[in-house]
Amino acid sequence: MTKNMENYNVNEKGYYGEFGGAYIPEMLYPNVEELRQNYLKVMAEPEFQKEFNQLLKDYVGRPSPLYFAKRLSEKYNTKVYLKREDLNHTGAHKINNTIGQILMAKRLGKRRIIAETGAGQHGVATATVCALMGLECIVYMGEIDIARQAPNVARMKMLGATVIPALSGSRTLKDATNEAIRDWINNPVNTHYIIGSAIGPHPYPDMVTKFQSVISEEIKWQLKEHEGRENPDYVVACIGGGSNAAGTYYHFLHEKDVNIIAVEAAGLGVDSGESAATSVLGKEGIIHGCKTLLMQTSDGQITEPYSISAGLDYPGVGPMHAHLCKTERAEFMAITDDDAMKAGLKLCELEGIIPAIESSHALAIFEQKTFKPDDVVVVSLSGRGDKDLENYIEYFKI
Amino acid sequence: MDSCLRRNDKTMNRINKKLKEDKKLLSIYFTAGYPSINDTVSIIQDLEKNGVDMIEIGLPFSDPLADGSTIQASSTQALKNGMTSEVLFNQLKDIRQSVNIPLIIMGYFNPIYQYGVEAFCKKCQEIGIDGLIIPDLPVDVYHEKYQTIFEKYGLINVFLITPQTSDERIRYIDSISNGFIYMVSSASTTGAQSGFGEEQTQYFERIGNMNLNNPQIVGFGISNNQTFTQATQYAKGAIIGSAFVKHVTNEGVNSIDKFVKSVLN
Repeated sequence: MTKNMENYNVNEKGYYGEFGGAYIPEMLYPNVEELRQNYLKVMAEPEFQKEFNQLLKDYVGRPSPLYFAKRLSEKYNTKVYLKREDLNHTGAHKINNTIGQILMAKRLGKRRIIAETGAGQHGVATATVCALMGLECIVYMGEIDIARQAPNVARMKMLGATVIPALSGSRTLKDATNEAIRDWINNPVNTHYIIGSAIGPHPYPDMVTKFQSVISEEIKWQLKEHEGRENPDYVVACIGGGSNAAGTYYHFLHEKDVNIIAVEAAGLGVDSGESAATSVLGKEGIIHGCKTLLMQTSDGQITEPYSISAGLDYPGVGPMHAHLCKTERAEFMAITDDDAMKAGLKLCELEGIIPAIESSHALAIFEQKTFKPDDVVVVSLSGRGDKDLENYIEYFKI
Repeated sequence: MDSCLRRNDKTMNRINKKLKEDKKLLSIYFTAGYPSINDTVSIIQDLEKNGVDMIEIGLPFSDPLADGSTIQASSTQALKNGMTSEVLFNQLKDIRQSVNIPLIIMGYFNPIYQYGVEAFCKKCQEIGIDGLIIPDLPVDVYHEKYQTIFEKYGLINVFLITPQTSDERIRYIDSISNGFIYMVSSASTTGAQSGFGEEQTQYFERIGNMNLNNPQIVGFGISNNQTFTQATQYAKGAIIGSAFVKHVTNEGVNSIDKFVKSVLN
């Protein structure tokens, strides 16, 4: 393998290659600048590290297992390991980031927390840590998503959060993000914005990636125990904004013998007009404060993506992933709704695990790509399928 | 940096010329293509006719982060009406045959980036646009990548400052500006209606006392004669956006004179 090993981490100006930066209105500059100046310093404090790791262990339930999926491996004639983020408290990887950011917010003296959410997973993870720390929590969620995801709305409310419907634009995730940013503009002093994905203005993509990097940190020592080596041949993760993917790849980005596979949602098909495959359909542009790949009209208006999976239904990808795509460090694949749903059901049947539909996209690649029998393939099982039961029931007429 | 713009009256940008006038300036923002797609030119002509000093033509964007609900809604409608950069440039191609008022295009960066920053600036110069306000184009990116392009086409780029902007950063912004500084009245999105309290007054005074090279024009929260008068006690002028868009929404485009008179008298 002769991959050109350039730098895949963020540079001192907040860019991954040509992507990233902080394209924000001046009203947000003080907030983002305060975070930029402090985040690395705070994260390096021994006390912060101690508290973060303790909560990940005792509260989240880390380390999450690296599970050798025997029957799945037999079926596809390769060695498949599942990184079980679905077993975390609140049911997905999202909580790794919200634990980190709530500790950051406390260090910065913030008393009020805002967040955006699509399916509600990040909203629940944020409401959870706010309850844990006794901080006020406001979650913006598209009006349409509120109707689609009633159980998660109820969870957030039980956890003490205020859920505010985003009524503008298409009333989904991108509009919830806009509303959260507007809230931050209107409350610049006492509020911290917990972004849920590896997007947003610098330093968010880097900070979220670093909090999620516990995933690949664990994979290394866990794989050493299983296989006697730290590096798999492949790491695979689904990508919406890209936070679970960023965490899964992080410690392998500069390991040139590790192949990276990023799985996007093709929706009804990449060319159907109903898709969220940003790497194929997107162009360089600015969304939510960073330069990255995003789906847009020729006139630069941001368009609505589509996927059966609410977590992948975002018109952009994080700037790190845009860079991995452009430099071809990662191989991008697109999986349709149908193929994802089938792969989800297959995991139920073969391994007794009901995956989130997001994670099912990553599992579907085994039908499209052949691996060698002795290849070690680690797939991030980013979340559990409880939240998706209604979708599964409807799709399979269960 | 701006020597070419201030050399003499003939080549001087209309914005700079206007800023030299001995009066308080009223600038009006409207969303291009709203309420109807073809209202753009007549709104500009009416605003000039009724004594407005400067106009911000809003290029609508699908995700206007810094805007409150009024301008969001007008932008969404304008896009539905079919407004694009290309359509706007076509509507404005003969605008200088009928008006002399300084014209500024205000829009978010992505549509301009997709058009091509240089192509966009070139088109602006051809039409007779005098400046741009791009709220999500950061000062340092402008300075590093785009300032020479803006200057090549004689365009003034206007930056925002807020009550939270540090003195050091205001000085930096002042050093890069060559027209006026857009002084956002409070930490908010557009459309705030609360009037000005002591906090704003102190902020206006603080900026006034800095003796900046560029005059300041206040925006956000100006909606009527009272707030216009208050703001222009401390600044060269004030910008009205949401209140005007609301007026057009409620009363249509035929009573612009009524709105302008109510602010100036």
